[in-house]
Amino acid sequence: NLAAAGPEKFTLEYIQKQVEEYEIGKRHLANMMGEDSENFTQEDIDLFDFIYLFFLLKQICFYFQHPDEIFPKQRAVQWGADGRPFHFLFYTGKQSYYSLMHDLYGKILKIEKHQDRLRAKGLFSQDAQLISLGPSRWLTKEELELLLVETISTHDYDRFIKLMERMLAMPYSSTEEEFVQRYRRQLEAQSMKQMMPPLEKDENGVAFSTAEGRRKTSDSSVILRDCGSGHITINGQDYLQYFPVLQDREQLMFPLQFMGVLGRFNLECTVSGGGRSSQAGALRLAISRALLSFLSEGDGEAMRQAGLLTPDPRVRERKKPGQEGARRKFTWKKR
Amino acid sequence: MIVNNRCFNVCFIFRPFRVPILTGCHSSIPLWWASLCDKKILNQPLEKPDFFRVAELFSLKDLFDARVHLGHKKGCRHRLMEPYLYGCRLDHDIIDLDQTMEHLQLALNFTAHIAYRGGIILFVSRRRQFGHLVETTAKDCGEYAHTRYWQGGLLTNANIQYGPGVRLPDLIIFLSTLNNVFQQHVGIRDAAKMNIPTVGVVDSNCNPSLVTYPVPGNDDTPAAVELYCRLFKMTINRAKDRRKQMELLHGLSADARERRHV
Repeated sequence: NLAAAGPEKFTLEYIQKQVEEYEIGKRHLANMMGEDSENFTQEDIDLFDFIYLFFLLKQICFYFQHPDEIFPKQRAVQWGADGRPFHFLFYTGKQSYYSLMHDLYGKILKIEKHQDRLRAKGLFSQDAQLISLGPSRWLTKEELELLLVETISTHDYDRFIKLMERMLAMPYSSTEEEFVQRYRRQLEAQSMKQMMPPLEKDENGVAFSTAEGRRKTSDSSVILRDCGSGHITINGQDYLQYFPVLQDREQLMFPLQFMGVLGRFNLECTVSGGGRSSQAGALRLAISRALLSFLSEGDGEAMRQAGLLTPDPRVRERKKPGQEGARRKFTWKKR
Repeated sequence: MIVNNRCFNVCFIFRPFRVPILTGCHSSIPLWWASLCDKKILNQPLEKPDFFRVAELFSLKDLFDARVHLGHKKGCRHRLMEPYLYGCRLDHDIIDLDQTMEHLQLALNFTAHIAYRGGIILFVSRRRQFGHLVETTAKDCGEYAHTRYWQGGLLTNANIQYGPGVRLPDLIIFLSTLNNVFQQHVGIRDAAKMNIPTVGVVDSNCNPSLVTYPVPGNDDTPAAVELYCRLFKMTINRAKDRRKQMELLHGLSADARERRHV
């Protein structure tokens, strides 16, 4: 139903004009920066800051991107000058979706014919050549709508998925693998391995590693050096001076004490933001992460089990209107 | 005025086409000559009763072999289909193939004339068994098909469904006039409302009243439906080829034809 999407917001001429202006602006920018205007790509433009662009181009440009990425995809007019529609399923209303179903069913029939021919020759085997799809998922309904440039209902989407599954369940469906892969997306392989910081060596041959940690609004960065002494420096100061409270120093030492490497490492830390407790927590996380590169797999797993490697997700909850605090309500009066 | 007659030799009257025949003809051919050629192209097929020789495409034996004569059981019989039935054998209705021959010739002739004049033909069938076949037939002819769920306002609310300025089909061919719940397809009533002629294969449980060119015959057997699809495809292709030949014959080149459509 085309009318449900509203009238065509941007005419073809308007979008073409925008594309021309974009190209001119791109060349202008390239000439100003002294770069090669022919090979100036979108990646080079993305490096520019919004404010820098404002001063350069003397006008506010919120999106310096190709118009195809800004304006939503629309349908061009579906019929020719004599009124005859281009697509043979135009009169169904959902031509792309139904033509997809038509093609899919055609492929199923082709596979069945292939199976019949093999059966006639006596070469049919039940367990042959199922498609291997790997870690992937079907396209979501929204992605399919984007692909087809038309809206479909949940019912239609379910039917499409069922038909695809039916085709995949047939033997000898590996001939249509390329067609099926077009409608699947790869899942990001979820690795169980911890991301450990790399082990580097400085000029004196001392091994060190760097890691970062966050807690509430504090950010910290720690450089762990395998020296043999147990010096700890935070923001240039000694740790006893920076954290006068025992609790904070305990938080700092806990990862080293847990692994039993208390006197081995030198810590050079920087921390900013938050209060004293959150800074201590950020430092603890950073130290644990930096320690991973010096330890074995089993020790790393032990740290993970102890909860040293999990960033604390708790942040301050906002105050809501009509309440005194985040959770506390105003005093309830019966009358 | 649409005349639904059984007599084979009478000329037909079509509903007027919305296709502009001469629009902005900028060719070097003088306008009067172009209009004369057009009139000749359009009027010549109307002189002979069977200009496209559709009667040669099939015979009574072909219809019998494709099991077109098999109707439904006596209990399913529609009252208005009684004139088209030959008889009833062991409770199975048998459709009169002589009448089917006449009706099919009329229908194919009409389709051929519509295709010759560049009309839009829409194939409709709500049978899931033959949906793919019907869509492939339509694709091969260069015409259109609708074998899916019929949304309410497709014909009657076309300007909102498709966009303003859409051209509606000039002929609708029903390869089965019933929908999935054995009720009359909404398209028959809508086509009658929008003055669109229809050709429909009516089985013994269907209502033939609103169909312009009913063709009494079996719509359930794959052999019968394949026969119909083949016949319609052949007529439409034949009519289109004939049109191209006539245009070349009467001295109009291809680019003049395009300019005519612009």
